[in-house]
Amino acid sequence: MKYTGKIYKFGADVDTDAIIPARYLNTFDPEELAKHCMEDADPTFPSRVKPGDIIVADKNFGCGSSREHAPIAIKGAGVSCVVARSFARIFYRNSINIGLPILECEEAIDGMEEGDQIEVDLERGRITNLRTGISYLAQPFPAFMQEIMAKGGLINYVRDKC
Amino acid sequence: MGMTITQKILADHAGKKSVEPGELINCKVDIVLGNDVTAPVAISEFEKLGQEEVYDRDKVVLVPDHFAPNKDIKSAEQCRLMREFARSKGIKNYFEIGQMGIEHCLLPEQGLVLPGDVIIGADSHTCTYGALGAFATGVGSTDMAAAMATGEAWFKVPETIKMVYYGKLPAWVGGKDLILHTIGDIGVDGARYMAMEFTGEAITALSMDNRFTMANMAIEAGGKNGIIAPDDITEAYVKKRARRPYRFYQSDPDAAYHEVREYDVSTLEPVVAFPHLPENTRRVSEAQGVKLDQVVIGSCTNGRLEDLQIAASVLKGKKVHPEMRVIVFPGTQQILLEAMRRGYIETFIEAGAIVSTPTCGPCLGGHMGILAKGERALATTNRNFVGRMGHPQSEVYLASPAVAAASAITGEITPPWQV
Repeated sequence: MKYTGKIYKFGADVDTDAIIPARYLNTFDPEELAKHCMEDADPTFPSRVKPGDIIVADKNFGCGSSREHAPIAIKGAGVSCVVARSFARIFYRNSINIGLPILECEEAIDGMEEGDQIEVDLERGRITNLRTGISYLAQPFPAFMQEIMAKGGLINYVRDKC
Repeated sequence: MGMTITQKILADHAGKKSVEPGELINCKVDIVLGNDVTAPVAISEFEKLGQEEVYDRDKVVLVPDHFAPNKDIKSAEQCRLMREFARSKGIKNYFEIGQMGIEHCLLPEQGLVLPGDVIIGADSHTCTYGALGAFATGVGSTDMAAAMATGEAWFKVPETIKMVYYGKLPAWVGGKDLILHTIGDIGVDGARYMAMEFTGEAITALSMDNRFTMANMAIEAGGKNGIIAPDDITEAYVKKRARRPYRFYQSDPDAAYHEVREYDVSTLEPVVAFPHLPENTRRVSEAQGVKLDQVVIGSCTNGRLEDLQIAASVLKGKKVHPEMRVIVFPGTQQILLEAMRRGYIETFIEAGAIVSTPTCGPCLGGHMGILAKGERALATTNRNFVGRMGHPQSEVYLASPAVAAASAITGEITPPWQV
């Protein structure tokens, strides 16, 4: 699977309260949540983001609350994948479980600017900045997690096992 | 090579003699927890599995605490979804508001989580139960759904950072200050994916309530779990509550650690974390004078009886600053009742504070004390992210109940020895 899209760049330690504030957690409808995605980090994001766009962030993306509403909001907003220097543990796990593609890559972050077009090759873990032509390799996923992702999330994985 | 307490608990629950950091394992879980924000998502995912019953109706715990008592119609619908699921599946450990409390105060109090357990909860502060010598970690709703169906969860065995706290705690310094100081030292991702093992003479001397506060905030350093080896204090706490067997695990002397960090607690002061990250810590004497609009005392971090006792001891016979709003929210109905019997509630109300029913409401900016634009709160809660307690341009300072109570009196951040 390959994704090409425009990037929105965020800083370090973006927490799940910033991704989807608790004031909107009285629903888990992806479309409703998408209307407020990243609102407290960038109030203009929900109106600017287009299907296929990509979030690029610095270290510890998704720290804080375990709310699965955070990756659901991002996926609901049409974001195709998230690339970060590192992810907080629960967000990482939740993204795999709900089938939101994520990639961890130390080097790629410094080589990308807001608005760049990038191509992400999920199978190979390769991230290419189409502006500079430079490619980066992300951390590969363990086989077990690849299997969950290939099945489209944990629920399908568990259903097939039972 | 020996194993840490975390490795031992995980190995036993995976049916293995030993496990190594980095290993992917499948573990049996003793308790699966959800609340009114996370369980509705989990229930919707569980239903996609097409399974009639949960794996064990005694091991699933559901607590409406975040937006309960229902703050609006949508929240009421979420609570109803959870309530109806609990009834239809025969889940005994569903706590209606009259019996409830903030989940991480309630489960230990009810003896539902015990030493040696593996516990997952769809709430990041599930790590609180590590204070009992259990492996407890926060997960998302889909993990909760899968565990409700299978009774299992997958884990990557974490490396452990061992924290050794030595020396005697000075007056007014407690578990909250130790954990804030630690987060200030290692940063909000300093223990990312790792177990934090809290050890040393200062930990051995800590009460259970203070230990819960420490383990509770392991997630604020990115930790997978926080854990304290069980001892006589643990035993005294659990033996009157447990209704099933439990087991004490200890780390081997030759266990391998990612890192060992030492802290001399005798030189510490109460700690305040400045906006907008729990790692932005300062000594209270260096934080003095920041004007406040609101003080919040309570939460899964500091809503236990000892926390209320300290706050009441500072507020006794005093008045809160006339321009301050002071909200006290005890952790559970039992804590509230006991605080009432001991006169703490009277002290709070006479001082000019309000006392709320147990709820997570104000801590996460849900309800019961939202901040307006530009307002500042000092809270005994666990997070001070942008917009955490209300408007994105409001500010939250984190501190202990002692600092919170002192600041309530003066209207600005104040060391407890000054009031």
